[in-house]
Amino acid sequence: MLAGESGLAAIQNFDVSALPAKIAGQVPVGTRAEGKLDINEWIPVKDQKKMDRFIQLALVAATDAVEDSGWNPGEDQEEERCRTGVMIGSGIGGLPTIYEASMLIQQGKTRRISPFFIPSALINLASGHVSIKYGFKGPNHAVVTACATGVHALGDAARLIALNDADVMVAGGAEAAVAEIGMAGFCASRALSTAFNDDPTKGSRPWDRDRDGFVMGEGAGVVVLEELEHAKARGAKIYAEVIGYGMSGDAYHITAPTEDGDGAFRAMRAALKSASLTPADIQYVNAHGTSTPMGDDLELQAVERLWGDEAKNLAMSSTKSAIGHLLGAAGAVEGIFSILAIRDGVAPPTLNLHNPSRESAIDRVALEAQPRKIDTVLSNSFGFGGTNASIIFRRAG
Amino acid sequence: MSDTADKVKKIVVEHLGVEESKVTTEASFIDDLGADSLDTVELVMAFEEAFGVEIPDDAAEKITTVKDAIDYIEKQKSA
Repeated sequence: MLAGESGLAAIQNFDVSALPAKIAGQVPVGTRAEGKLDINEWIPVKDQKKMDRFIQLALVAATDAVEDSGWNPGEDQEEERCRTGVMIGSGIGGLPTIYEASMLIQQGKTRRISPFFIPSALINLASGHVSIKYGFKGPNHAVVTACATGVHALGDAARLIALNDADVMVAGGAEAAVAEIGMAGFCASRALSTAFNDDPTKGSRPWDRDRDGFVMGEGAGVVVLEELEHAKARGAKIYAEVIGYGMSGDAYHITAPTEDGDGAFRAMRAALKSASLTPADIQYVNAHGTSTPMGDDLELQAVERLWGDEAKNLAMSSTKSAIGHLLGAAGAVEGIFSILAIRDGVAPPTLNLHNPSRESAIDRVALEAQPRKIDTVLSNSFGFGGTNASIIFRRAG
Repeated sequence: MSDTADKVKKIVVEHLGVEESKVTTEASFIDDLGADSLDTVELVMAFEEAFGVEIPDDAAEKITTVKDAIDYIEKQKSA
């Protein structure tokens, strides 16, 4: 991503001839050593049929996160296990699984519906499978707030730790709706890009004048959140601290944001307030920026309004330009990008931003990554139903 | 060994992800082969599909070993 590469491509694994949108960001198939995904390396074949792909992706990401964290209390550490929870959400969960079961009913094969159908489709089963795998017996929860799911999961999990419900929370989001039914649904709501089917890497172009909708992505992002002193005491590798979290509702429309971007503004303001920060303290914003004609500029205006004269010092980019919109996983994956921006001192680029539809004092990191001094980052996610969430990460120590 | 027995064992190996050598005629799905109650429901469905037989729920509940499955299916087929 920092090299300006895009993960978007033509959909190959199902027939897209009836769909106006034919491109997506899909997890590349290959070995773990190659940095790609072969589910067989992660989940026994006999267990795979018990979970929709979104759960499989959640389990893979959670396994990666838990291994990296070094926090994996054994059977003899009951108290530690009871103080470790899981909160992994999804925007729409096992939609392809529901579709397949519906087809059986339609074909008169109702008795052929698998006993694993319901547990495969349920959104909270991502958290369930992770807890079963590792014996994490703390709070077991799942967020469902459309495209704001990932940020809500991270923020709510951090609050459970702050409220002393747990010492450690495995938190994130997962989505795997790049299937005919998911694509058809978002096509019907006129949300997807359709003008770049022949040039997929150009499809996601936040703030660019030629943008025409978002590009669907799939994947999962999972982090291990831990009470600070708990993490320090065990010598954990601390990537960043969650220091702020804000939420708001639009109370306006089922899919469209308010025309003044006020919901985004209030979520960001609430996050800053909870962190006792001012806009000047933030060096980088990972935008929701989905590449839809309306949403991108409204978010930009909301940031400009909140930052005021500080806007000129701010970098803001949309990493959806490279991986597409992962719906319920977006906020978690972008939270990880935000944390890596702090670790690496680099603002990731907004690809395909050649001609902004609206000028701004904010540096939107067009086309190329920028080395910057980044200690504190705010990440936005907004969802259908008018739900908005912002989270703030700061360099640890 | 009968064709039915071979086919039943093959289905059990595939669905439960266990080694063929463990799938003895006497093996219990739950006690010996690591299945849970949902696995056994799915196994019975797989038998129905593969052999073209209907196994009602009350009969399915009594099929707990490989032998139970073979016997039930052979009885249905000869009926």
